[in-house]
Amino acid sequence: MFVYIARRVVYVIPIVLSVALVCFLLVHITPGDPLVAILPADASQELAQQLRVAYGFDRPLPVQFGLWLWRALHGDLGSSIATGRPVLAEVMKAVGNTVTLAIAAAAIGFTLGLFFGLIAGYFRDTWVDKVATSIAIAGVSVPHYWLGMVLVIIFSVQLNWLPAVGAGPGGSGSWAWDWEHIKYLVLPAITTSVIPMGIVTRTVRALTGDILSQDFVEALRAKGLQETKVFRHVIKNAAPTALAVMGLQLGYMLGGSILIETVFSWPGSGLLLNSAIFQRDLPLLQGTILVLALFFVFLNLLVDIAQASIDPRIKRS
Amino acid sequence: MTAMTDTALQAAPATKARGYWATVGRRIVRDKVSMACAFILLLIFLAAIFAPYLHLADPYQGSMIRRLRFIGTPNYPLGTDELGRDMLARLIYGGRLSLLIGILPVILAFFIGTGLGVVAGYVGGKLNTAIMRTVDVFYAFPSVLLAIAISGALGAGIVNSIVSLTIVFVPQITRVAESVTTGVRNMDYVEAARASGANAFTIMRVHMLGNVLGSIFVYATGLISVSMILAAGLSFLGLGTKPPEPEWGLMLNTLRTAIYVNPWVAALPGAMIFAVSICFNLLSDGMRSAMDIRN
Repeated sequence: MFVYIARRVVYVIPIVLSVALVCFLLVHITPGDPLVAILPADASQELAQQLRVAYGFDRPLPVQFGLWLWRALHGDLGSSIATGRPVLAEVMKAVGNTVTLAIAAAAIGFTLGLFFGLIAGYFRDTWVDKVATSIAIAGVSVPHYWLGMVLVIIFSVQLNWLPAVGAGPGGSGSWAWDWEHIKYLVLPAITTSVIPMGIVTRTVRALTGDILSQDFVEALRAKGLQETKVFRHVIKNAAPTALAVMGLQLGYMLGGSILIETVFSWPGSGLLLNSAIFQRDLPLLQGTILVLALFFVFLNLLVDIAQASIDPRIKRS
Repeated sequence: MTAMTDTALQAAPATKARGYWATVGRRIVRDKVSMACAFILLLIFLAAIFAPYLHLADPYQGSMIRRLRFIGTPNYPLGTDELGRDMLARLIYGGRLSLLIGILPVILAFFIGTGLGVVAGYVGGKLNTAIMRTVDVFYAFPSVLLAIAISGALGAGIVNSIVSLTIVFVPQITRVAESVTTGVRNMDYVEAARASGANAFTIMRVHMLGNVLGSIFVYATGLISVSMILAAGLSFLGLGTKPPEPEWGLMLNTLRTAIYVNPWVAALPGAMIFAVSICFNLLSDGMRSAMDIRN
């Protein structure tokens, strides 16, 4: 086990470095001068040159990358051009809100996905299967930002039950797990949960079907095991793959929250990314993407390790 | 594989043996859901292509006195948008850009990814490592984040959003193409072709491409649904099309402010994206099961 973990961790290092390189290069594929957002239109050539030196844009690219990486390793991602505050602090504050949203959405999506997937796989080709499969297809096909709008139309505009935007009463203060705050979370969380729900349903349905058609299930039934206990064997065999898919989906929810956060003005990393893009705040853009991608990489690492620890077959291969 | 050969042998004496693709074609034509989806998609495509001949209102011509009319208003069957433009015309014309920016990235990625994946899978060795490790880097980003990061860095625009989505899908298709190719490469008939002196290019073109393209194609059609949602999503954020072009994602964005006045008109463009996306998903599922002859 230890060897497996060590090997997986070592394998992550080049990935992390390449992710950093991609994030660094993002700023340099940007058309025009990276200083364009802070320079006044009538800035003199000398001022532009001074700022270019101050931000280090005058040095060769590999040197810039090295310096940027070195500072990033020490937790310094520069400061936001728009607000002047350190990028890392801004990003971490926003990521907290995104994690809250992702956990709530995961709780809804994974529970429903596992339930629909198991019953659809178990009662394959019956009406139960057809209903569950249709819900799953709708879940993966719906443009979630549109679903968010439709939910706002129904529950905020027409019924006036839940707030349409924000993350708490009186703007986006600090988060708390009470109803005053949770009612702001309901619609974004449901909206975020539909894609993972659909994908988990489809995966678990396929897994359950495959496992039920294997010989060992036949043997379990032949020896007279109760159907509920057979079902427990199915769950045990489906768990490692289902876990991997859910881990990946959690990562997608954390990294891909920009559309939903924009619809609901949820003050998370996606909304931060949105404002960084439109204010051309390049350090903030770069920093947010780097932090989110690193979250994703480490989440994948954790999932791999968790998967190997419950499924002995993986370590051997 | 054995099951397939057996059925082929049994069927041979009775009628002229049907080829694999003919069988797949017959199976998919019999599938009602796939055919319904194909029909709906065909209608949307034809309407978008022949929009100028459908005697629709001008999708750019607005009017301040007839803004945000409800669905079912005489002369405006689907109402009007926030600038008083006819929604029916804008939804049909909107299909042109929406379908283009949704589907073109997958087509481009299909060619690039298949090329990279087949070469990586066939040649193997260092080239494979180089290609597949590069692909791994892109897998370290959630696809929405990658699309938005590239689009955000390149700036708004139709070409930029097509480029960014292509970059998102190339690694995914490359990975599938590589694994399918590696599987086919070890088949006996490839070995036989090599033994008979065929060069690498001939083997790839004649013996391998035909056997890997089917799987990659089905995988790619499954991506169209994601691509439609992402492409419209980029426009929705303001990173794709620019006003006043009719495009479903952008229309959804500009109509967001109208949800308190005329909510159901505001939701219409999203319903179009949903319809196209679900049809492509169901069609792709239908093709996958039609190609899985063993069942």
